Amino acid sequence: MVREYRTIEEVAGPLMLVKQVEGVKYDELGEIELPTGEIRRCRVLEVDGRNVLVQLFESSAGLNLAKSKVRFLGHGAELAVSEDMLGRVFNGMGEPIDNGANIIPEKVLDINGSPINPAARYYPSEFIQTGISTIDGLNTLVRGQKLPIFSGSGLPHANLAAQIARQAKVRGKDEKFAVVFAAVGITFEEADFFISDFRKTGAIDRTVLFMNLASDPAIERITTPRMALTAAEYLAFDCDMHVLVIITDMTNYAEALREISAARKEVPGRAGYPGYLYTDLASMYERAGRKMGSEGSITLIPILSMPEDDKTHPIPDLTGYITEGQIILSRELYRKGYLPPVDVLPSLSRLKDKGIGKGKTREDHAGVMNQLFSSYARGKEAKELMIVLGEAALTPIDRLYAKFSDAFEEKYINQGFYENRSIEQTLDLGWELLSILPKSEMKRIKPEYVKKYWPAK
Amino acid sequence: MIEGKILKVSGPLVIAEGMREADMFDVVRVGKNRLIGEIIEMHGDRASIEVYEETAGLGRGDVVVDTGVPLSVELGPGLLSNIYDGIQRPLEKLKEISGSNIARGVYAPALDREKIWHFETELNFGDRVQEGDILGIVKENDVIDHKIMLPPGLEGTIVDIHSGDYTVTDRIGKVKLPSGDIIDLTLIQRWPVRISRPYAEKMSPSVPMITGQRVIDALFPIAKGGTACVPGPFGSGKTVVQHQLAKWSDVDIVVYIGCGERGNEMTDVLLEFPELTDPKTGKSLMERTVLIANTSDMPVAAREASIYTGITIAEYYRDMGYSVAVIADSTSRWAEALREMSGRLEEMPGEEGYPAYLTSRLAQFYERAGNIVCLGSDERKGSLTAIGAVSPQGGDISEPVTQATLRIVKVFWGLDSSLAYRRHFPAINWLNSYSLYREKLEDWFCGNVSREWRELTARCIKILQVEDNLQEVVKLVGIDALSAEDRLTLEAARSVREDFLQQNAFEETDSFTQLDKQLLMMKLVFYYEDMAKAAVSNGADIEEVSALPSREEISRFKSVEYDRCREEYAAIKLRIKNELDMLAGASDERN
Repeated sequence: MVREYRTIEEVAGPLMLVKQVEGVKYDELGEIELPTGEIRRCRVLEVDGRNVLVQLFESSAGLNLAKSKVRFLGHGAELAVSEDMLGRVFNGMGEPIDNGANIIPEKVLDINGSPINPAARYYPSEFIQTGISTIDGLNTLVRGQKLPIFSGSGLPHANLAAQIARQAKVRGKDEKFAVVFAAVGITFEEADFFISDFRKTGAIDRTVLFMNLASDPAIERITTPRMALTAAEYLAFDCDMHVLVIITDMTNYAEALREISAARKEVPGRAGYPGYLYTDLASMYERAGRKMGSEGSITLIPILSMPEDDKTHPIPDLTGYITEGQIILSRELYRKGYLPPVDVLPSLSRLKDKGIGKGKTREDHAGVMNQLFSSYARGKEAKELMIVLGEAALTPIDRLYAKFSDAFEEKYINQGFYENRSIEQTLDLGWELLSILPKSEMKRIKPEYVKKYWPAK
Repeated sequence: MIEGKILKVSGPLVIAEGMREADMFDVVRVGKNRLIGEIIEMHGDRASIEVYEETAGLGRGDVVVDTGVPLSVELGPGLLSNIYDGIQRPLEKLKEISGSNIARGVYAPALDREKIWHFETELNFGDRVQEGDILGIVKENDVIDHKIMLPPGLEGTIVDIHSGDYTVTDRIGKVKLPSGDIIDLTLIQRWPVRISRPYAEKMSPSVPMITGQRVIDALFPIAKGGTACVPGPFGSGKTVVQHQLAKWSDVDIVVYIGCGERGNEMTDVLLEFPELTDPKTGKSLMERTVLIANTSDMPVAAREASIYTGITIAEYYRDMGYSVAVIADSTSRWAEALREMSGRLEEMPGEEGYPAYLTSRLAQFYERAGNIVCLGSDERKGSLTAIGAVSPQGGDISEPVTQATLRIVKVFWGLDSSLAYRRHFPAINWLNSYSLYREKLEDWFCGNVSREWRELTARCIKILQVEDNLQEVVKLVGIDALSAEDRLTLEAARSVREDFLQQNAFEETDSFTQLDKQLLMMKLVFYYEDMAKAAVSNGADIEEVSALPSREEISRFKSVEYDRCREEYAAIKLRIKNELDMLAGASDERN
């Protein structure tokens, strides 16, 4: 039985207090009927005796305390899912906005999910070839990984994400593949870029889109990524698909969370963000992965823009603690015109070690990767020194390292958004660049591989 | 039974009325799903309850039932090789019950009730026993003899006891207490997690815990029974360091607590440890490991409990006379759980929103480590080493959790992101890390490895410090301004860093290094330094000496297998000498 209440007592920002209710549960979903007949949604944040504090998902404009009615629906926020969602566009609350028919649900799922039993996970170890050297060669992505892109305003993270979505594949296999895309508070133009890119490549038929644009209510952003992940979970674990989830931009999500926290007058953690930001982000990011009893996987690429390019800002910082690595974009490389401008040294993929090597990529992969990393780091140090003291101050070997690091940026990092390199091409290019250095410097590579792969000149 | 009704629900905090009779810290079951919670505050007949599971769906009027016991763990055979959540629910069992996701309100006993254990005792009717005395042995697996002890607080005379096959709840015997009461003995005992288990006496740590990690053993060693912390920003390799310690430390038992961390990391341990063999016993590493997993998507309240669950299990094995290591990754997530609950309780916050009792709680946790004489008349000795990872926000160690931890622990392994960017792993910064056990343990190292240990390790630390100073000069005026000797010092320091401190956790031979091989590695680097300096002062060319071909051999020495390392060491030394002699000869000819 659904009861209606006309006892709205307070509305302040995104929060509303309803008095004298009976039998309302924590985290329950509600509907508010405005005098005009318009329906808006809300959810219970706190039950205190007979009062409940609810959070509005939309704006409170036009809400009349005396004349509006509230109904509680007896369940939490849910999403109706079905395989027919592929190729469709939904709003941030999971309602279709492409003028198509309503989804006939196979299942109705709680959007909050439930924690995955670590004893029931499969460790992700299947190499995904993205065709991008800096990722495949140095920060390898594997199926079921969560690897965010840390970007800044004005950097081409959208192009990179689209390139990954376009090129990503597991080699030698042809499996059911889907993309779930969640736009969280981004502009129409940015969203349109993704949609037209998906359309161009035909990927749109395999894609589920959730759109919360900058003009949509900020509060809806709390649910948008969860809607997307719920759809992804259904496709991956019920339909055995390999799902790539792209969520952009997580910074907008965290800001919406902060707004609610501030409205509730909670004690803030760093930079005004609530103390539970970590837990909250984790409850989404951790939904990526592979599970026993299912063939499918969720690979998650959240994109977030770092305020002032500051990696220590709470959002990238807490994200980095949860995700399995990060791809960081560099403004300096972008200005030099090197695309995609992946800042190689601070980028990292934690799961790479299990996804590379013989039988997966190539036996020399680990060695080449480590050698490229340390050589590039040394080269960059040498270049810094060169700026202060001039080239003459470098030892001959450091001069070679400086030369190497220039060539590395120009050829290895710089490949453009439309070149699709196979892992062999990436590794061979690595060897070619390393051969700028003397053979004796290849300390990180096993001697037998140096012998086998060292380019003949 | 005390029953109350819910008044308020706010996230993991539930307030119930009608609870006047309940005790503080009692475990309660909340709502129709019987979610597990713990009373953390009482106001009149209102109890504030921390619920260890997701509270969605709870509302006013739902029933709260008091179980009358504080949050406790089950201790007995079957703990090893198992994986538990933060409140000791067996995750493998939960998987059977509720599938790959953890449903709410599921419960399974921590120890398998059906499994039969063989219990062997030498006690007889009429034997007097006191608390902590060993009643008998259960072979828990190929590695560990599980000693069944008389629980703390009991003493008396054995009325009945027999060897045989039992489940954990079967009666193995009876004991008559001084009061005249006769109580049953079982293989299982319970202990409240928030109270440390008693021991006879605490002693100062004096034996190192060998980890096989060169930067740790040689530069910043930790003692058995000591405490250490590993703070570092994300991506600096905290978890790999923790895993390495869990794998290779020469302790009998490892309790690994994944507290608010990634699910895949626990899966990794679950899959990898059974494959690895313990260098000491030759058996699978999983046989000595207990895993506690509260991953970051699990409820935050259970995160707070997971640390205590883990250390209580560790204390139990310590009480049997074993050396135990508790590895907690990460204590920052635990502190955040404290902060979240404190916020919900509307307590006055301290620094950065953390509760004012953060420091004392952390101190209580680490103080449960130590070297002890166990209860029991045989005066056996056990040790409990506690190692906690800290995840400071933005890598800034001035934040409250790191600072509070540093005030307590004796060893600080500071991870450095700039080292990690250069792929120098383990990225333990040699300039700001420290170990207060270093001096204390030197005698042990000198007595058990070599008398040169003290001198060589001191030389490592010194040369790295000198390198840092010289690098300042180089940055200002260039390498040419340095004397030949200083340049060789820089070369040797680089060799210490790259050929000794750097260690690849993913390579079979390099992952663990025996102490005497560590010694050879240091000796090799310094042999080169001494010989090179001598050669240069005899007129050899500095560039050629720095680019000596045999230096590549030094750098590859870490992947030489242990069995061959002595002969290889001698061979490399000879090669260095020959090559330098040739250079010196060449310079003689030139003159």
